[in-house]
Amino acid sequence: MLSRTADNLYWISRYIERADFLARILQATRRLSALPKAYGGAETEWESALLSSGAGQTFSASGQTPSEASVTEFLAFAIENPCSIRNCIELARNNARAVRTALTSEMWEAINEAYLEMTTREQTRVQGGEELTRFLDFVTRVSLAYDGGAYRTMLRNDAYWFSRVGLFIERADNTARLLDVKYHVLLPQTEVVGGSLDYFQWSAVLRAVSAHTAYHWVYRESLKPWLVADLLILRPEMPRSLISCYESVVQNLDRLGKSHGHQGQAQRHARTVFAKLGNLSMESVFQSGLHEFIQEFIFDNNRLGALVSEQYLF
Amino acid sequence: MLSKVGQFDEMSGHTGAIRAPYARLSKWLSEANPEYLSSRRAQAELLFRRIGITFAVYGAQEQAERLIPFDILPRVISREEWALLEKGLAQRVKAINLFLADLYGAGEILKAGVVPQELIYRNPGFRPEMAGRRVPHDIYVHIAGVDIVRTDDSGFYVLEDNARTPSGVSYMLENREVMMRLFPELFASHKVAPIEDYPDQLLAALRSSAPPAASSDPTIVLLTPGCYNSAFYEHSFLADKLGVELVEGRDLFVKDDVVFMRTTEGPRRVDVIYRRIDDDFLDPLAFRPDSSLGVAGLLGAYQAGNVTLANAIGTGVADDKAVYTYMPEIIRFYMGEEPLLKNVPTWRCREPEALAYVLEHLGQLVVKEVNGSGGYGMLVGPHATYAQIDEFAQKLKANPTNFIAQPTLALSTCPIYCESGVAPRHVDLRPFVLYGANGARIIPGGLTRVAMVEKSLVVNSSQGGGTKDTWVVGDWPAPL
Repeated sequence: MLSRTADNLYWISRYIERADFLARILQATRRLSALPKAYGGAETEWESALLSSGAGQTFSASGQTPSEASVTEFLAFAIENPCSIRNCIELARNNARAVRTALTSEMWEAINEAYLEMTTREQTRVQGGEELTRFLDFVTRVSLAYDGGAYRTMLRNDAYWFSRVGLFIERADNTARLLDVKYHVLLPQTEVVGGSLDYFQWSAVLRAVSAHTAYHWVYRESLKPWLVADLLILRPEMPRSLISCYESVVQNLDRLGKSHGHQGQAQRHARTVFAKLGNLSMESVFQSGLHEFIQEFIFDNNRLGALVSEQYLF
Repeated sequence: MLSKVGQFDEMSGHTGAIRAPYARLSKWLSEANPEYLSSRRAQAELLFRRIGITFAVYGAQEQAERLIPFDILPRVISREEWALLEKGLAQRVKAINLFLADLYGAGEILKAGVVPQELIYRNPGFRPEMAGRRVPHDIYVHIAGVDIVRTDDSGFYVLEDNARTPSGVSYMLENREVMMRLFPELFASHKVAPIEDYPDQLLAALRSSAPPAASSDPTIVLLTPGCYNSAFYEHSFLADKLGVELVEGRDLFVKDDVVFMRTTEGPRRVDVIYRRIDDDFLDPLAFRPDSSLGVAGLLGAYQAGNVTLANAIGTGVADDKAVYTYMPEIIRFYMGEEPLLKNVPTWRCREPEALAYVLEHLGQLVVKEVNGSGGYGMLVGPHATYAQIDEFAQKLKANPTNFIAQPTLALSTCPIYCESGVAPRHVDLRPFVLYGANGARIIPGGLTRVAMVEKSLVVNSSQGGGTKDTWVVGDWPAPL
């Protein structure tokens, strides 16, 4: 297939995944910041939302102070934020338009409808309330429709694999950045009598990756920070865990390699990262430093993105 | 000469008596209630917007993507009328291909004095680069969109031969899909000739015109100027239906006179390019150096015979409006036959006598630039103000060779369903002619364009024209 087409498919998936993640972050942060101070509620939550989304620097450059209104506006609607939800949807649609032939009509319609709906919704620029909840729900539905459309209707060929690789690299990046911002509350600690102040932080982290229910199914006990970290890093059954993302990345890159009859740097690198994750235990992660581990993962993941471009998207 | 008696309507003729092909439609229409029709109309708009069938209008910033207005009432053509059209179109496109092969070859028609030499050699559509070179299978025009009008039921006139990169076929196909969703009962009662095989026929024509050296499974691509082009929707639609890559100039490169595309598996050789880019932009080394849409070295690869371009370079000379006036003579010269489709009588302003006549009668004529398109740069005399006419007269006097003039035709009307109910509007028809190594293929139907504004004669989509589905019906019922 055309390199430009592959490139576009890869990025459409990334943009849609990112929009979904931003919507979840906003939702989780709203819950958290609404809590009384005694339960850990704080305005600083809006700052960490910015950091997790990777928009911290662009936001401070804009000279605003983080508050519910300003951060919501910036992450959801701001045109000057290259990674705002509205920009992600618009970019995804521009890319989709340019490679419409590579999308099934279901995928195209999901993106096109999303864009049309967004252009009407963004007129009102809601900054809170029930209206905002509906907007964020709408955004997560977009990713479900697009992703579901891809899964159900695409031919299983390189177009599909490229789109999946984009999705999982982005998802891994999102989970890792969330962990990076929140790692300090996930470090093991001696049990606090009467529950921890951080309890709601952990549950917010879980909500941001839609794993709140999953946690209980996997561990069948109350929230423990190290288990939250375990779930998001090493649990293969958790679709947003780093290891699960990499399992999928490796799988899809492998199929690409097989169909092209050539395994390259990208495949080798993805397998190395996956193997590293497979050999880890949470104990060793905590021992050598959760923060360092996440930093290294983010670096490795970015490197994979670069290798994929180099190998296929010249 | 053209009919002067009252307005001819496709459904009700001159007199109001329903014409046979429309009998069923007319009965259905009289029984359908307005709410039903309005709801279908709204549904159609929704369908078009959702599928994303849009086109861009240059210079219209606030609305970069617009829907072409669609009318839900079909235009109906009987099989007999179609048979005549089909023959006439095949004859015409065949003659155009022979004409082009001659112009870039021996030039017999010029030597015979049938067409003046300077009209060809000084024509901006003539490409000296192509002179003395043969193109694969001697086919220059693989896809033509010939604009047809009528003023009564005595026959059809050709208004324009679009021999460069005619567009609109995606609307023809999508209109049909939408109509079949909206009015299955109408399709059940009419026997409408299907058009859905157009992409297959197009693919067959393109495959058959691959260079002789290409493998039996040639690689075909569709070359688009990109997603900002007004017809981008159509390009992507067609590439999808054809199952070929939709490429931009930057996806292709030329090495040793061979064209390749950049794929994830490395370079892949390209044999046939269905290009939707004008000649001028195809190759920055040969034509406009500032073009970033084309492919450097493409002309060289083409001249070396390593790739087929559809349509060929230099076909613009055949759809020039001044050359158009010679089409009847051209058909007689190459085919030894009388033209089956009429030309609209045309004054060539390059001829002093004609110019004098045109200047005197500007208020009654339509004056067009010889190589303009899209309805731009033309004067519709009866609808122009005195100031506009004066201004146009100056332009005309300054450069008469650049213009032709035609009488204002009493274009036929066809009923549309609009806000105010059923009303007549002027229409034309663009059937699409495919020409491969095995001859001409014409899909029964075409794109009917409608001037959505009452009394307007301008049907171009860039100027607010709309479209409707076009039905060639096989066995309509006896009059009721």
